[in-house]
Amino acid sequence: MGILSKKDAALILDPLADNNPITIQVLGICSALAITAELEASIVMAVSVLFVMGMGNVVISLMRNIIPSKIRIIVQLVVVATLVIVVDQVLKAFAYELSKTLSVFVGLIITNCIIMGRFEAFALANGPKRSFLDGIGNAAGYGFILVVIGFFRELLGSGTLLGIKVLGDPIEKTGLYAIGYENNGFMLLSPMALIVVGLIIWVQRSRNPALIEEN
Amino acid sequence: MLEHIELFFKSIFIDNMVFATFLGMCSYLAVSKKVTTAVGLGAAVIFVLAVTVPMNWLLDQYLLRDGALAWLGPEYADYNLSFLSFILFIATIATMVQLVEIVVEKFSPSLYNSLGIFLPLIAVNCAILGGSLFMQSRDIQTLGLAFNYGLSSGIGWFLAILAIAAIREKIRYSNVPAPLRGLGITFIITGLMAIGFMSFGEMLTGGDEAAPQEEVVALAPTQEVSGLTADAAQQDLTQNENETVQEDSPATDNQINE
Repeated sequence: MGILSKKDAALILDPLADNNPITIQVLGICSALAITAELEASIVMAVSVLFVMGMGNVVISLMRNIIPSKIRIIVQLVVVATLVIVVDQVLKAFAYELSKTLSVFVGLIITNCIIMGRFEAFALANGPKRSFLDGIGNAAGYGFILVVIGFFRELLGSGTLLGIKVLGDPIEKTGLYAIGYENNGFMLLSPMALIVVGLIIWVQRSRNPALIEEN
Repeated sequence: MLEHIELFFKSIFIDNMVFATFLGMCSYLAVSKKVTTAVGLGAAVIFVLAVTVPMNWLLDQYLLRDGALAWLGPEYADYNLSFLSFILFIATIATMVQLVEIVVEKFSPSLYNSLGIFLPLIAVNCAILGGSLFMQSRDIQTLGLAFNYGLSSGIGWFLAILAIAAIREKIRYSNVPAPLRGLGITFIITGLMAIGFMSFGEMLTGGDEAAPQEEVVALAPTQEVSGLTADAAQQDLTQNENETVQEDSPATDNQINE
């Protein structure tokens, strides 16, 4: 971290662990859960959010002195919506199958609470460089959780990672399946995403008791 | 009439916004500590969804979709503006929320006082934009159905937040493991409730495959289906084996007798 001061580095590193957007700040859960049945979709979603948040934070931060505070929500929504349209069009052009899987959840990045939350809490009060780092950091913290959930759901649910059969072939009974291992199809259904997040929170708070809530 | 009833129950129970598609989870988790505030937010969501979904349906039908501009004259029939739908939908929602806030404040101060703080929150609630986007992607046919869809999705969301708020009020007196307290246990309870709501899946089709398959395709497609068929195939195999064994044994017996 030669180029960054200690304070700037904290902007990126904090959201990855003790101030994680999903497990601590409880933001951006909506889109986090529905698309994590496969690792690939999770990664694409994480990258999209990273782009939208980094760019959006810079734009809002540059405009922070000329936005009237009464209509700031609408201005913020327009900025995010424009960036999301760019992401959506790029996905449709270069990864059409994947954009079908993500369906409406690309559009729902607009109302992802992390983005609005960081605009309100950080970009409206700080310069472009720090806002950019804050956006990247928070999006990375979000993406990290998404990838962890996607990893476990795809591995345990269909025995693959990124579509590659890592545990052997379930039909020809090779690899782990030869000794009687079975895929847990339940992991692919939506309720398990919630339970996996609950377990991640459990692990995180057991390791750091300072985060435990009073009921 | 029948399709209205079907859509109504489907949106409340089968495609429940919280349990099937996870929309509006942020405010669902943040505002569900007390039943009274949960009811306020839930009512506001029903109201805004029932207003914005039909509005956005009109926008989609007469402005955005492929060939929607044909009513302006034949030379406009080739335009497809659907890439603008995100920005127009969110603009409609933000202005409608603002408008609703002003109107309610003017005509019903008591309702404004109970809903007031929640209305601005709603513009950025994923459930509202999600309602409009699902309306577009599921290709809802008439204005009446669009209104029905908005209303019933709102009711589904209301039921979900009411249920979790009631559970969270009770769970305060339970001995939850310390690291799970608050957020963690809420996630796990929501997951269990979602499993419960999955059992509504066959309500309308009487066990037909059609409706549940639609849902699954949207989220997590083929693996599960192939898994199921693999299981079924396996069962068939084992049955066959049993049968062949049974068939074999009398034959061998006969041979021995001979």
